[in-house]
Amino acid sequence: MLAIDNLKKHFGFVKAVDDVSLNIEEGEIVSIIGTNGAGKTTLVNLISGYIKPDSGRILFFDKDITYASPYVRIKLGVGRSFQLIQLFGGITVLDNVRTALFSKYGMIRRGLLSADRYSSVTEEAIKILDNFNMSDKKNLTPKGLSEGDLKILDIAIAFALKSKLLLLDEPTSGVATSDKFKVMDSIVSAIKKEGISTLIIEHDMDIVSGYSDRVVVMHEGRIMAQGKPDEIMENKEVKATVFGIVS
Amino acid sequence: MIFIALLFIPRILSIHDLMLFEYGITFAIVGLGFNLLLGYTGLLSFGHGAYFAAGAYSVAMIAKYLPQAYSLEILIPAALFFSLVLSIIFGFVCVRHTKIFFSILALSLSMLLYALLFKLYHITGGSDGLRVTLPTLFGMSFKGIRRPEFLSGTYYYFLLGMFSVSFLVMKGIVSSPFGKALQAIRDNEVRAELIGIRVRRYRLYAFMISGMFVGLGGALWTFVNGHVTADLSHWVFSGEIVYMTLLGGFGIFEGPIIGAMIFTYLKLYAMGNTQYWMFVIGATLIVLVLILPNGVAGAVSSLWTKIKLKSD
Repeated sequence: MLAIDNLKKHFGFVKAVDDVSLNIEEGEIVSIIGTNGAGKTTLVNLISGYIKPDSGRILFFDKDITYASPYVRIKLGVGRSFQLIQLFGGITVLDNVRTALFSKYGMIRRGLLSADRYSSVTEEAIKILDNFNMSDKKNLTPKGLSEGDLKILDIAIAFALKSKLLLLDEPTSGVATSDKFKVMDSIVSAIKKEGISTLIIEHDMDIVSGYSDRVVVMHEGRIMAQGKPDEIMENKEVKATVFGIVS
Repeated sequence: MIFIALLFIPRILSIHDLMLFEYGITFAIVGLGFNLLLGYTGLLSFGHGAYFAAGAYSVAMIAKYLPQAYSLEILIPAALFFSLVLSIIFGFVCVRHTKIFFSILALSLSMLLYALLFKLYHITGGSDGLRVTLPTLFGMSFKGIRRPEFLSGTYYYFLLGMFSVSFLVMKGIVSSPFGKALQAIRDNEVRAELIGIRVRRYRLYAFMISGMFVGLGGALWTFVNGHVTADLSHWVFSGEIVYMTLLGGFGIFEGPIIGAMIFTYLKLYAMGNTQYWMFVIGATLIVLVLILPNGVAGAVSSLWTKIKLKSD
């Protein structure tokens, strides 16, 4: 579904993403690992349209989206979450998700009837929150949530846009270690239910090996290795550069 | 219940107090419109006097140049139309920026209108302004009736009707999907763009609606005041709109209404008792910022929650 060909993005002399080619299949969960500065977030930014590449091509369902605006990509089904959480802090958890749904359905021009009158949208938002075990917190504002819940809500918003491809930038960073698996469990079970393809940037190897179908290792802007999680864990080159283990 | 009480106000208040109350109502409509931008879209305009002036001058100019069309049922739509046109033009420029840049742009554009109103003496009356006579309403003529009688009779109820409609329409807007989208833009414009909201376009929509409400307030105000001057588009007047919204509290829907009422009385009594009334206004502003950041309405509502929690 997603095909990246020879993608390049340089910031001055820094080759953030250098000649990267990558395919993601439908329903596949792919993790990207790599040291700081390996170009993981830049790659996600390029796919979501946050920044534009210097050269190369991004195809999404055979449609060229290399230079499409974020708006167009969202309409096509590329959703993302953020490493630094991006939420709507002044409205309730329910409204955070509901606004995304209204936007998805092109209903945000409706300006006279209360949002509560659109009960099917409200029910759908509650169902999404249910999927992420968040529906009991629907009337709180994000200020009253734990770090883990904020992460989940951030992803629930991307989820509400009915993305076919979700880009998750460090979904568990800042989450207490004891909560990490709980957070990932609710995210992955919701994703699997809908068969959404997912690209995850993650540092925690337990999470990477526990939840992904394929692992891609990036180093200095290039893809160094890819394969099944256990293969990657045994790869000597990866061990040396990413984990710093020399055997 | 409050609404029923409002119906009987002309019988309770003296004509002097009633006029003040009517000033308050017109400013309440202005506050509702202004707060759609400040409280719900996160844009602070220091130039909303311009749209107030657009509404007010629509009335005054029709009185001068098109006297045969001088009836309320034509004047109100005309005021809405001209304030809409002005807010589309000015808004188109302003929404390209946010924060202080937005505020200053809005301010400068309103001062541009001020300069026009001030300099084009033969058309707008310049600093003398224009006189506003009593209009007709659905063929009813108020000839021979003095302004105080007009204000305490038909016009009060007309004003109350317009206020109720504005209140309900604005309440609908802020709780609608459109209103939620505006709040999403206020809270996080980056993410708003990434859930598919065209941020700039929606800011302009908010600006237009806001401008129309303020223009309506301006038009209704002229009949109470009887006179319009270029000062309405001056930034000092725009500052008063900002002040009354902060006074009431922009975080709460009813805040600007309460702020408008308090401000009207506060300004008059401060002006009546001291020539340093600006000092009083300034001092209350400092108190507000330091002690009541959520305004009077915010303070009352948080006090109310505390009492409720205790009694539970």
